[in-house]
Amino acid sequence: MIELSAMLIGCAIMFAVTYATKAIGLLFVKRPIRSRFIRSFLYYLPYSVLAVMVFPGVLFSTGWIWSGIAGTAVALVLAFFRRGLLPVSVAAIATVFLVELLYFLLA
Amino acid sequence: MNYTRGLKDGLPIALGYMPVAFAYAIRAVSLGFPAWFPILISASNFTGTGQVAGTDLIAEGANMGLLFATMLIINIRYSLMSVSIAQKLEPNFPVWKRAIVSFGVTDENYAVAVRQPHKLTFPYLMGLMSCSFFGWLGGTALGAALSTLLGRLLEDATGAQFYSMIMDAFSISLYAMFIAIIVPPSRDDRHILLLLAATIALSCLFYFLPVLKDLPSGVNIIVCSIVCTVIVSLLFPRTEKDDAAEERAQDGGAQ
Repeated sequence: MIELSAMLIGCAIMFAVTYATKAIGLLFVKRPIRSRFIRSFLYYLPYSVLAVMVFPGVLFSTGWIWSGIAGTAVALVLAFFRRGLLPVSVAAIATVFLVELLYFLLA
Repeated sequence: MNYTRGLKDGLPIALGYMPVAFAYAIRAVSLGFPAWFPILISASNFTGTGQVAGTDLIAEGANMGLLFATMLIINIRYSLMSVSIAQKLEPNFPVWKRAIVSFGVTDENYAVAVRQPHKLTFPYLMGLMSCSFFGWLGGTALGAALSTLLGRLLEDATGAQFYSMIMDAFSISLYAMFIAIIVPPSRDDRHILLLLAATIALSCLFYFLPVLKDLPSGVNIIVCSIVCTVIVSLLFPRTEKDDAAEERAQDGGAQ
């Protein structure tokens, strides 16, 4: 069981940091950011953050590596063909569920 | 540029947010949080990636300094968006209104707001942001309610087996959405592709190598993303032309 105090303090920290990053530009910065390096860094960063969060964790996300691999493969192929967030996600969920169901019924 | 117009522009964003928020709530409940917790987080944070990472860290019992640093790295991009929205505000925009609008800065709200041909008014932004915010909050509440309900319904032995299969299946959904976000741009921009390849390679080292793999999970996000992004930004800084091309792409883009 996660402690109540950890949840509330954690939530407060998350709120404070998130709000601060969102508000700093609107409240304090009067002119646009010109530095090419900073602009590039902020442009590239989200892709890198998402990549660390997804790989390789996604393969182990379902608790069984084979259903994880199947779901990841389906998501990669559909994303490559530019399907939207929802179709990619639903297809991955369905794949994991079917693979685990088949194993459960056959094993 | 009134409130109704903002609501209308916010509606597609709200619909897009619902499944992401839904998946976030299910993940939080399956990590062991009570149903109210993801709802509280969505109500106070209003950010996708940051909430997922933060919630994971709290579940692991990570220390608060690490939570702080991880949230900062993941959310720092909002500062750039916030600066850019500030340039587009109509002239008399008092500080208290700016403080309220700040809460609603998200990737999608930003993309819609900056492509407006006119200066941004307070009612328009309130319409846009409140609409997408309620999609986010509503999706979270639905996800939290559904996973709690399923847990209650499937309490016997076979039921528990199915419950764990359903939760296994749902736990891949956020990852799949993130894949859908990062893969298409990497087809168009080989610098992004390189960045993803480098990040994933480094991330695998942190996941599998002894010592490194015992570090708390926020550390790998911070180290991998900063190291790889700095290298790619130094090697291939974006030019004014790139920025202009990106704005054009957003104008014609689906989202």
